[in-house]
Amino acid sequence: MIGLATSIGRGLRGKLGDWGWSARLLGALLLHLGACLRRFVLVREQIFFLGNRSLSLIGVSGLFVGFVLALQGYYTLQRYGSAEAVGLLVALSLVRELGPVVTALLFAGRAGTSLTAEIGLMKAGEQLAAMEMMAVDPVKRVLAPRFWGGVIAMPFLAAVFSAVGILGGWLVAVPLIGIDAGSFWSQMQGGVDVWADVGNGVIKSVVFGFTVTFIALLQGYNCKPTPEGVSAATTRTVVMASLATLGLDFVLTAMMFSI
Amino acid sequence: MQKSRHDVWVGLFVLIGAAAVLFLALKAGNLLSLNFDETYTVITKFDNIGGLKPRAAVKSAGVVVGRVESIGFDDKSYQARVVLQLQKKFAFPKDSSAKILTSGLLGEQYIGLEAGAEEKNLAAGDVISQTQSAVVLENLISQFLYSKAADSGAPAAAAAPASGAKK
Repeated sequence: MIGLATSIGRGLRGKLGDWGWSARLLGALLLHLGACLRRFVLVREQIFFLGNRSLSLIGVSGLFVGFVLALQGYYTLQRYGSAEAVGLLVALSLVRELGPVVTALLFAGRAGTSLTAEIGLMKAGEQLAAMEMMAVDPVKRVLAPRFWGGVIAMPFLAAVFSAVGILGGWLVAVPLIGIDAGSFWSQMQGGVDVWADVGNGVIKSVVFGFTVTFIALLQGYNCKPTPEGVSAATTRTVVMASLATLGLDFVLTAMMFSI
Repeated sequence: MQKSRHDVWVGLFVLIGAAAVLFLALKAGNLLSLNFDETYTVITKFDNIGGLKPRAAVKSAGVVVGRVESIGFDDKSYQARVVLQLQKKFAFPKDSSAKILTSGLLGEQYIGLEAGAEEKNLAAGDVISQTQSAVVLENLISQFLYSKAADSGAPAAAAAPASGAKK
């Protein structure tokens, strides 16, 4: 009986400690924004690594998601004789939901895992400990630039995803299916609101950028410094970042669009 | 500031992202139709607004001259109270009339303004008194059925429902 109580207490204390540690790490990362802006070259390197290198993956995925949305949307809409609305359907689904969410999932897989593995290996190779020995704060020098690089890169990637997806939808709808180009665009422009749809999509992608990058860095910084530990942390990054993205997406959608 | 060999590519990345946002706002969204022109508000009352929504267009001769700002219910006259925002550069006579129209057969509804003949123009806060309600499909169908039944029935009985339906 006492053993059970002890284990519950230890578990709870451990969890609370983890949460507090994570929150302090997040606070430190946010506070180091000023230092990052002063040495922006570090952030720029990370934008290159996280953003530019993900661009081709995001672009190709967006193109194909746009293709499929237009084909499937046309299949349903032509039953109701409103095939011209396919442009509106593609644009709204991409800008409001699929753009930010799919980009965040791909970003977790493409960039988040590499962040976790990089930090985890630095920890396993005791590079982070060596930095501390030289009175260099690894959170400030290594983690913060990666964090802000990811946060900056993510909204741009999501915007590229949506824009390329709309172009892909246009490619399928107008030249392939033969929908009138004028009504394709005018239906879209009539139904997509700049602030309510595009603006909220951008807000979503910023939130996902914070979430995915932070989870990746946390898992890397927190992992066991062994090969198994790094591999487990990388897996946890993908699982937790994907679940957090989908869960947050529901909350954000409910807050933004339900009123 | 330190230079890095990736500067060009990072710059390009940011430019591509900004271009994508701009594309979404201008080509997919309706930023171009958003205007920051000065407007004045005019109030209209309708017996039935059908499916009219806030932000719907107000058109005169087919050209957008304003937007529906808000829709409320007036519990004194039991009518819908629709507040219109008209662009300041367009002035309309005081006796202009407003009606709710539908673009296409099943398209979205908008307000059509028809200019009157009076010398004085509408000022901010004025009420347009001549209005015509939205066409409700159910009423239209029941009118049609009424007149059909009347036509097939005795000619004498046809007069009453037909004139009633025209109202």
